[in-house]
Amino acid sequence: MSPRLTALDALHRALGATMTDFAGWDMPLRYGSEREEHLAVRTKAGLFDLSHMGEITVSGPQAGELLDHALVGFISALGVLRARYTMICREDGGILDDLIVYRTAEDEYMVVANASNAQVVLDALTERAAGFDAVVRDDRDAYALLAVQGPAANAILSSVTDADLPGLKYYALLPATVADRQVWLARTGYTGEDGFEIFCAPADAEHLWQALTAAGTPHGLVPAGLSCRDTLRLEAGMPLYGHELDTSLTPFDAGLGRVVRFDKTTNGGEFVGRKALEAAAAQAEANPPRVLVGLVSEGKRVPRAEYAVVDAAGAPIGRITSGAPSPTLGKPIAIAYLDAAHAAPGSAVAVDVRGKHEPVEVVALPFYKRAR
Amino acid sequence: MSNPQTLQYSKEHEWLTAADADGVSTVGITEHAAGALGDIVYVDLPAVGDTVTAGETCGELESTKSVSDLYSPASGEVVEVNQDVIDDPALVNSAAFEGGWLFRVKVTATDELMSADEYTAFTSAAG
Repeated sequence: MSPRLTALDALHRALGATMTDFAGWDMPLRYGSEREEHLAVRTKAGLFDLSHMGEITVSGPQAGELLDHALVGFISALGVLRARYTMICREDGGILDDLIVYRTAEDEYMVVANASNAQVVLDALTERAAGFDAVVRDDRDAYALLAVQGPAANAILSSVTDADLPGLKYYALLPATVADRQVWLARTGYTGEDGFEIFCAPADAEHLWQALTAAGTPHGLVPAGLSCRDTLRLEAGMPLYGHELDTSLTPFDAGLGRVVRFDKTTNGGEFVGRKALEAAAAQAEANPPRVLVGLVSEGKRVPRAEYAVVDAAGAPIGRITSGAPSPTLGKPIAIAYLDAAHAAPGSAVAVDVRGKHEPVEVVALPFYKRAR
Repeated sequence: MSNPQTLQYSKEHEWLTAADADGVSTVGITEHAAGALGDIVYVDLPAVGDTVTAGETCGELESTKSVSDLYSPASGEVVEVNQDVIDDPALVNSAAFEGGWLFRVKVTATDELMSADEYTAFTSAAG
């Protein structure tokens, strides 16, 4: 099957991007140096094409009740024009995907799924909608998604829109006119910086990209690929599905039990996975099997996904889920699932880097938090 | 990018200089390879005194996204390694054919190597 192309494909190629297959999409990995792109987002701004993300619209009088039933969050309690990070789980509590849900109207929500899971999420929502007065619509082709992320993002957006940016709080959205185009403008992101995500018609994507580039270049904005997006989210301690999250894990295993809202009042408090998640919550409280931690290395070798974490005797005590050289810290960093006995910050453990045991220190996540 | 005419090239994207009066050649990786790897963050080179074998792995290059084996384009004893590259692996990206050289070897034999034009054709054919 040939890869899917975003509305900005020709533009990426004209910019000389190195492209990569990502969940069936041909996406820009980097335009030049991924390290430079990463540092630009931390200090100025980066412009991303995230059109591979999967948008699903849920609407109708019982849209909120449906999402309360289908997801672990208390979605109907979300205010209109607010967003929430949440998850969709199986009946056994295993994570199908992590999501952002935007409440776009009183009776309408936009669910944004990972590209790799969009079909799974669409199928699950459609199946779980049975009996609810709500409609689940596949809107993957209805939107392109651009993101402007970084400390200069606010200044850049303010030069191309009259929208009330000071009033647009983190995890909120607005219908807005940006560079003369109608978009959903959301203050969300996956980089640990202030920034915006812009959901637009695919036909408007190129115009918006050019307008944002023109407005952003004086502020130091550069096009930024998925490679730096991964190191940015890693430094910010944000999980990536397929790495920190998968169907064998519950939100409690991943240290994200806070997204599970047992206090929901809709549908009599019932939701898919509730029973298994209650057991997982109790287990995590009493006897956590393993804990998601950060690791920092003083060496140069990079602990990478699937490498074993070992104790002083060389016995396996965990596994790396993501690892990279951190451009901000100047050291290799990793996220790992580690036996609880070794998980205290400051613990000295080692990573088996292709047969060599590289010493690393356990640290609390995130590695990076922006100054507010 | 252009591949210097004075160098010979391997299928594994290493370059090799003509031997000097002492029979010593310098080894590096090509700009094409460095560009494909992305930002290089760590190089693991053979030690001075090690014997390397043409076509066999003699070290590793790590970039942000991947780990790649380094193949030696020549057989012989390693007489010098580039400490600058060990200290600052980004030199391989910024100056692959010059300051980003990796090691020097007293050559006893080489792999089957390509000229600059052959290597240019080889990399365009491989995409």
